[in-house]
Amino acid sequence: MFAVQTTPCMIFLDFEKPIAELYEELKNLQEIQSKGKIDVSASIREMEEKIEEERKKLYSNLTGWQKVQVSRHSERPYSLFYVQQMCSDFVELHGDRNIKDDKAIVGGFASLEGRTVMFIGHQKGINTKMRQYRNFGMANPEGYRKALRLMKMAEKFNKPIVTLIDTPGAFPGIEGEERGQAEAIAKNIREMFRLKVPVICVIIGEGASGGAIGIGIGDKVFMLENTWYTVISPESCSSILWRSWDFKEKAAEQLQLTAEHMHRNGLIDGIIPEPVGGAHNDPHAMAGILKDVLIRELDALSAQTPQERINARIEKFCNMGVVVE
Amino acid sequence: MSWFKRNKEGITTSTEQKKEVPDGMWFKCPSCKATLLTKDLAENRYVCSDCSYHCRIGSEEYFEILFDHNEFTELDANMTSGDPLQFQDTKSYSSRLKDAINKTGLKDALRTAHGKINGQDLVVCCMDFEFIGGSMGSVVGEKIARGIDYSRKHRYPLMIISKSGGARMMESAFSLMQMAKTSAKLALMHDEKIPYISLMTDPTTGGVTASYAMLGDLNIAEPGAMIGFAGPRVIKETIKRDLPKGFQTAETVLETGFLDFIVDRRELKEKISTLIRLFAN
Repeated sequence: MFAVQTTPCMIFLDFEKPIAELYEELKNLQEIQSKGKIDVSASIREMEEKIEEERKKLYSNLTGWQKVQVSRHSERPYSLFYVQQMCSDFVELHGDRNIKDDKAIVGGFASLEGRTVMFIGHQKGINTKMRQYRNFGMANPEGYRKALRLMKMAEKFNKPIVTLIDTPGAFPGIEGEERGQAEAIAKNIREMFRLKVPVICVIIGEGASGGAIGIGIGDKVFMLENTWYTVISPESCSSILWRSWDFKEKAAEQLQLTAEHMHRNGLIDGIIPEPVGGAHNDPHAMAGILKDVLIRELDALSAQTPQERINARIEKFCNMGVVVE
Repeated sequence: MSWFKRNKEGITTSTEQKKEVPDGMWFKCPSCKATLLTKDLAENRYVCSDCSYHCRIGSEEYFEILFDHNEFTELDANMTSGDPLQFQDTKSYSSRLKDAINKTGLKDALRTAHGKINGQDLVVCCMDFEFIGGSMGSVVGEKIARGIDYSRKHRYPLMIISKSGGARMMESAFSLMQMAKTSAKLALMHDEKIPYISLMTDPTTGGVTASYAMLGDLNIAEPGAMIGFAGPRVIKETIKRDLPKGFQTAETVLETGFLDFIVDRRELKEKISTLIRLFAN
């Protein structure tokens, strides 16, 4: 896939201040250039290279908390963007056939290089209004039940499933509790182990606890480079264990929630690299990278029998944990 | 004008000295304030004889209540938790574990046993809230997984008694994956058609509710038990309004359709034994 050239993201996180300052200088140079009196094109090129270098340097050494910040970047691509970029003929399907359509989880069939795939993913909004509409990517039970309905349909028609995970958590609300948030997540986890078709899960942003694992049981579980996945957000962990909101950086380190840690601890199958500066800095390139991985992995998984996949899936998760006897 | 006056406001008992199971001569019911003889309370299955309040009890008491003549074989009794992340908050996880082991005499937050209940085989995995809030880490997950495997191997019915504050943060994603592990084993058990009864006791929350606790062929609960996914404080802060009366109690969860029935602890053994018979015959 040929990446579409995009302009770099101009919304900077606090640790990106050095880059923001360089862009400021670049802007000044460009203004001088536009006036046409002095030729500063060499300086502009130099500055652009300097920015790229600075970005590379910064992003090669992010802390856990900084990765959490990148995973939540407001310009980061979300599920629908990826599906639309990677596939053709995406048809979104709605509703849990029970109570309603949850906007925080989307799903539907799409064609990935000629192969029909069921995509299911959390969806965050791209502006204030849409963020509310999508409930900030926090699903209610009907979202998980919609996901399960679509997974069962994919299984019925022998289509592989790809889930894209990006949630700050399952929504903690009265109605969600009354409609069985816990039951919906529990059932999804159990049923995903029994699916006869290939299942690939990718953490594309935030992987918060039950809300994430509720669509997170797969033959392969990947994390994008600048994402996090664990049992609690660093902020909540700080507030519970340190009894203060001020230890989120420390909590993020202690929780070992980055892709690198998760892979080293044997809890995910692989890390998918992001473009320099994070997925939000070049979303099209990111979609291209993800697409290649999905095609490669789906090819490999399709070579196995359903029973082989199910056995391996169960065995993989059953080996997770550290006990002393 | 009162005869006695408190010198210090509020409760001054330190957490270590608080007792889950009363072991003094007398016991004051936290619900109706009736004063009962501890001996009588134990005979009444730790249920208040005046108001039927169900005191929080642990695996030792449940095993005694359920198994004939309190005879059972404990499985994986010596399994303890590793500290894969060398986790450190205001205290290190390893020292938290050591303290919990010393304080409770337990190895972790769950014990598994096989015994007879009115002559019928039953495997029981029972959580202990005393041990770091009954939190689910690798040991809880692994013991449940093995308990399920034991049930499957012998085709004995399984009961899991849940009582938990949720996942154990100090094991981070390892604890999250226990939701997957236990549910994976339950998927196998589900296909092999071996009955699984999930008993939810006060409190059953978080990742425990969102995995094995809600996956029973039968989901049952003790009266008044708090059952939920998110904690009430978190919900209140999120939605910024008060929670309805009885929210997240067993009685409400029964009404919303997620429980088969609520069982009084004094009838627990008979009811479970009847169910096992019904499944078997």
